[in-house]
Amino acid sequence: MLDVKNLSMRFGGLLAVDQVSLDVKEREIVSVIGPNGAGKTTVFNCISGFYKPTGGTISFQGEEVQGKPDYQISRLGMVRTFQHVRLFNQMTVVENLLVAQHRHLNTNLIAGLLKTPGYRDREQKALDRAAYWLDRVGLLELANREAGNLAYGQQRRLEIARCMVTEPNLLMLDEPAAGLNPAETKDLNQLIVSLKEDYCVSVLLIEHDMSLVMDISDRINVINQGRPLASGTPDEIRQNDDVIKAYLGEA
Amino acid sequence: MPAQNFKHALFCAVITLIIAYPILGLNLEAQGINVTLTGADTFTIVSVFLAAVVVFLFQLFRDNIMGSLQGALSGLSSGSQKEPMAENKRAKIESWVLTGIVVLALFWPFFVSRGAVDLATLVLIYVMLALGLNVVVGLAGLLDLGYVAFYAVGAYTFALLSQYTGISFWVSLPLGALLAALFGLVLGFPVLRLRGDYLAIVTLGFGEIIRILLNNWTSLTGGPNGIGGIPDPTLFGMEFGRRVKEEGNTSFHETFGIAYSGEHKVIFLYLIALVLAVFTALVIRRFMRMPVGRAWEALREDEIAARSLGLSRTAVKLSAFTIGAFFAGFAGTVFASKQGFISPESFVFLESAIILAIVVLGGMGSQIGVVLAAIAVTILPELAREFSEYRMLVFGAAMVLMMVWRPQGLMPMRRIHIELNKQD
Repeated sequence: MLDVKNLSMRFGGLLAVDQVSLDVKEREIVSVIGPNGAGKTTVFNCISGFYKPTGGTISFQGEEVQGKPDYQISRLGMVRTFQHVRLFNQMTVVENLLVAQHRHLNTNLIAGLLKTPGYRDREQKALDRAAYWLDRVGLLELANREAGNLAYGQQRRLEIARCMVTEPNLLMLDEPAAGLNPAETKDLNQLIVSLKEDYCVSVLLIEHDMSLVMDISDRINVINQGRPLASGTPDEIRQNDDVIKAYLGEA
Repeated sequence: MPAQNFKHALFCAVITLIIAYPILGLNLEAQGINVTLTGADTFTIVSVFLAAVVVFLFQLFRDNIMGSLQGALSGLSSGSQKEPMAENKRAKIESWVLTGIVVLALFWPFFVSRGAVDLATLVLIYVMLALGLNVVVGLAGLLDLGYVAFYAVGAYTFALLSQYTGISFWVSLPLGALLAALFGLVLGFPVLRLRGDYLAIVTLGFGEIIRILLNNWTSLTGGPNGIGGIPDPTLFGMEFGRRVKEEGNTSFHETFGIAYSGEHKVIFLYLIALVLAVFTALVIRRFMRMPVGRAWEALREDEIAARSLGLSRTAVKLSAFTIGAFFAGFAGTVFASKQGFISPESFVFLESAIILAIVVLGGMGSQIGVVLAAIAVTILPELAREFSEYRMLVFGAAMVLMMVWRPQGLMPMRRIHIELNKQD
């Protein structure tokens, strides 16, 4: 589904990402791990179109997407979350989900002013879908609150729900467990697995939390200092000497 | 502590003297061809010194004074700590009150003087402008310092079309608005990838370009001489003048068999402006709860997140810019018709600044606040005509005080929420 080949990203004299390749198949959870500053988020930014990669190819469902503007990539069905939660803080929880469905709505100004049946119908459907996903992530009770007033863990879940209402094929999560307590991390684990199982979404995950990564990933890619270090199933990674060195340092 | 207070108070008093003495205490007087500097009369000088003393005393005992004032205030407002009203009940009351005010505004001009109605028309034009700019600045968060350009486009569209093709007010109204919107769109394309301060500077430049173009394109616009003889609006082909200007039209006072009065025209213009202002407010209010309005706010809140969800930055910003310009075009047409004469002098940067001030004073994004601020900003200078020399001083002071005490505006924006009704 997603196929990244020899991706490179250079900022002036700094080669932040060097020849990284990874691929995600249908209904698969793939993780990218690595020490701080290894270039994980840069890889993400390249894939989601926030950066234009300086080398390599990215193809999504058979279409080359490198260099396309970010909003077009997201419309192809590849949606991401952010390392630091980015919600529309002054809007309510429901409205956050409605904004995400912008392209599914009737945005014709005249239709909106006249409230044509078609316009209302789509608006209602969007509300229903928002309600469904709020219920799914356990935020239905807070639907009319301002998003900025939610607790941190709730904001994280809202961000995932906001991605899911766009009906993506590939969900990219940038450190979703950062700042969550163990119980919340466990809930998140279940949520991600159910997204894969029940909604046929592939997940590309950046994470520090090893327990999360090892439990749910189908495959893991390790990056160190911008270069690919290893890739394989969780068990293979656990036993890989290079990875242990990179994470724990040399004895 | 007292020593520090004393120092501070002394400092404030000296500043008061430094600022007030040259402005109030010195007069420039023309004697023949020479200008001489003379001191003001003793009364003014004494008042300046008294003012300095008052400032000194107030600063010295500031803590005590503010403390007792606060005590008195909290005593007054102890009743206001009740539960806030339910959101929907409040909205209902609000809409009733607003309807009432509009109905009152409809009948009001028949009972007051011509000057008051004229001023009210001007207020309504500013209401339209401010509501339009509110979309750009308050909702979409784009700082536009050249908004007056679109106002000028609307006004000149009507003036030029009526001069060259004899078009009527009613045909020109949508044309002027659409042309202004087109200008908004064309300007928006290159400019909207800029952000914040950069955007402000470019829009400022655009506003000046339009004004200078109007000033120098003498063959078309008459340059600084302006364009006069802009026709008044007609009511179903009835003119409001004493004599009918155009063949085939009838005059209003003859049709209804009443005596001619210059007031009819003024009231009619006022009513047009009122209807258009209400129309503007209602349309923008609807936009705010439509997908496009949500997209504006989302982009203002977090541009990166909005883009990651598939919102095109350019399309969303352009829509805000275009719609804002559209309503400025409306206001411009009404303005041209009201004045009967327009020149580039009416579209200087100060106008943009005043409209922006209205939006900021009213509370960004808040419609009611903007309307209140438009009324205040237009009427206050008229009331302050007595001390016309200090008008701008008073205006500036009011702005500063406002920003210190109520930076969120007269009526901060309360967002129109879309509620999720829980039905099982």
